[in-house]
Amino acid sequence: MKLNAYTGTAALFRLILRRDWLVLLVCVILPALLAVATAAAFIQLLPSAASLEAFVFDTANIPAEMALLGRIYAPTIAGLTAWRWSAYSAVLVGLGSALFVVRHTRTQEEAGRFELLDATVVGRQAALSASLLVAFGANVVIAALVAGGLIVYGFPAAGSVALGLSVAAVGATFAAIAGVAAQLTESAGTAKGIAVAILGIGYLLRAASDIGEHNELSWLSPLGWMQQIRPYADERWWIFILFIGAITILTVTGFALSSRRDVGSGLVRPRPGPASAAPSLRSPAALVWRLHRRSLLAWAIGFAAFGVVTGDLAKAGADQFAASPQLTSLLARLGGSSGVSDGFFTLALTIVVEIAAVYAIVTMLQMQAEEKEARIDPVLATAVGRLRWAGSYLLLAAVGTTVVLAAFSVPAGLTYGLSIGNVGYELPRVFAAAIVYLPAILVMAGIAMALYGLVPKLTFVSWGALLGIIVIELLGEIFQVSQSIQNISPFTHVPKVLVSEFSATPLILLVAVALALIITGLIGFQRRSIG
Amino acid sequence: MSVIEIHNLTKRYGKHVALDGIDLEVEQGEVFGFIGPNGAGKTTTLRILLGLLRKNAGEVTLLGGDPWRDAVALHRRLAYVPGDVNLWPYLSGGEVIDLLARLRGGFDQSRRDELLKRFKLDPTRKCRTYSKGNQQKVALIAALVSNVELLILDEPTLGLDPLMEAIFRECVTKVKQVGTTVLLSSHILAEVEALCDRISIINEGKIVETGTLAELRHLTRTTVSVKTRRPITGLARLPGVYSLTVDGTHARFSVDAEAINRVMRYLVQFDVRALTSAPPTLEDLFLRYYKLHEGDATQ
Repeated sequence: MKLNAYTGTAALFRLILRRDWLVLLVCVILPALLAVATAAAFIQLLPSAASLEAFVFDTANIPAEMALLGRIYAPTIAGLTAWRWSAYSAVLVGLGSALFVVRHTRTQEEAGRFELLDATVVGRQAALSASLLVAFGANVVIAALVAGGLIVYGFPAAGSVALGLSVAAVGATFAAIAGVAAQLTESAGTAKGIAVAILGIGYLLRAASDIGEHNELSWLSPLGWMQQIRPYADERWWIFILFIGAITILTVTGFALSSRRDVGSGLVRPRPGPASAAPSLRSPAALVWRLHRRSLLAWAIGFAAFGVVTGDLAKAGADQFAASPQLTSLLARLGGSSGVSDGFFTLALTIVVEIAAVYAIVTMLQMQAEEKEARIDPVLATAVGRLRWAGSYLLLAAVGTTVVLAAFSVPAGLTYGLSIGNVGYELPRVFAAAIVYLPAILVMAGIAMALYGLVPKLTFVSWGALLGIIVIELLGEIFQVSQSIQNISPFTHVPKVLVSEFSATPLILLVAVALALIITGLIGFQRRSIG
Repeated sequence: MSVIEIHNLTKRYGKHVALDGIDLEVEQGEVFGFIGPNGAGKTTTLRILLGLLRKNAGEVTLLGGDPWRDAVALHRRLAYVPGDVNLWPYLSGGEVIDLLARLRGGFDQSRRDELLKRFKLDPTRKCRTYSKGNQQKVALIAALVSNVELLILDEPTLGLDPLMEAIFRECVTKVKQVGTTVLLSSHILAEVEALCDRISIINEGKIVETGTLAELRHLTRTTVSVKTRRPITGLARLPGVYSLTVDGTHARFSVDAEAINRVMRYLVQFDVRALTSAPPTLEDLFLRYYKLHEGDATQ
């Protein structure tokens, strides 16, 4: 009987590859491309040994950079590439691996597809083992491509292999974490939330350890382990034993939990719901709110946590800067004369608003999920018009984006303001700096609306647009990307109110662009067939 | 007065013709059966009636209005049960019933209680924990709680057990008594036979037959089993007799309605001992039209 539980793993393995081969292909090639692009950028940016040394010295003294990206262990081009590339790649690879495993385990189960499969010759552990195998395999391929790419580029072989494997190890660890999370709850959304929360906590622990006194915190986080491997800086190979141990324990735990529960259920029992609807549940907007309020709360908590950390870091950064007067040139680059903390908040916001844009797009594309699952039909068959229905999602996207921006900026301004004893001045400024991004994020929501209304098959392009903007900003920082390219991004046009003059004109233009996109989408949605 | 009038309705998906010029008329107060095999175009027709799909050609009038243009106003006067019921996994059954009924314009609380009791549905459970049959019950109750002029039901008993099917039939009979028009799509023939005043048969996007059940039966063959004292001979030569098997004094065959009288007179000469005849079931009708389309109806 025991062996039978894994029967069908090979068949499911092939099924997963058939369903997701394109996504997998892009996801394994992209990290290697980014690694080589990062290497190329540094070579161009730092042509001489002197410029390299200056960059390393400057960067090592900016707490914001250390918090966001970690410490630099090897002051060489290869070391900088490892430092900069691994910080975000590990998060992306970890996130991707976790979401992938949940997608092929709990999501399938929630949709009732396992009942069909389990009744055939597929064992109960087959889905978990097949998804983990694909995820582990994809990470091995990522490691090989990254190492291969960088070795071909001329970087030291040992360091390149260590770098590729370190990021892949994070990916495999989060795949295994997701394998456990998928057993705990009946809902795929919650399982994803657990995995993402662990990733977020891991990131914060690593960030806190890199800027603070408590360096041992780093050892609680897989992202910390990864950086402790120190590629190109006398690699510490033994840390891989930690990864292998953690992955083994998590995988065994996942299978053990999976064999102790019924198909479709989780270890946590669901509670019954209300017998009748709340009096307020009487409009499509109320339905959308009822469906997505919890997810908004989770987003807001995440943004608030990031806000507290950012506010705290801003203070630490200001202190360190005050102690090193030779860093004035950098200060000028970041925040001009208006202060280190302002520059730091401005930098942090560029990342925060991209995540807020993810929230806005996710919210808009819930419409497509409702249509695909045919849950839109019974609603539109009542006295609810299409405009009212789509308007409810637009409203949630706008309100929710405002909420997450406030959830970040209010704690950030409060923490920083309290630490320097000037809340009344700092809080409104930081809040304003965040909220002026709302029109730019609405442009992203508008792109999603336009695509959904006109060509629903192409809604994934809204993710492509956001990814393109992120790449422009990431590379824009290192490369001197020309202004006309940077202008493609709506975020470029938002006045950075902490470090420069406020101007209403670009905001009005952004609102106009957002409205034009939204109206186009709504007209298309009014005219097309549903489903 | 007609509640639904469809004339020459055509719907194409790319090159695939889902509806090929169908005509349909549903009178006020009748229960109209819309039957056909899977993929025949039933759901497409209903979704055009609900203004969810755009038509390519033809005229459609629903409750005196245009189902695409006047969707919101018309939907206050009708309730719909989709064929493929998908509910919000984290809402309870009770919440879904109340929500959909309120979005339509309100509902009758006492009827809601009664329907929950009759269908034996626990409204506190989250929709994702319901079986297919229970999800179907939620959708049915959500439609039946409102006072509407028209019910559009797409395969409404899919997943219900026979007991619940019987309760569903009682409910339809009840709404019919108060003058509600019902458009019922189905491929469960017993259900249509039990409930419908008139039916249309659709196959591959074309209406193949419309009429009352009696009218349609008139067109079809009766199955006869007969025992005689003398061996039966020569029956095969009679026009209108099909699927004949003779075993000495026992014969089984089917016969066209217009040939029955002649065949009976012919059989008398063999001294009939016992005779059973069965009216054609809808299933026979169905199979016959289905085969007709494939061109092998006449054996």
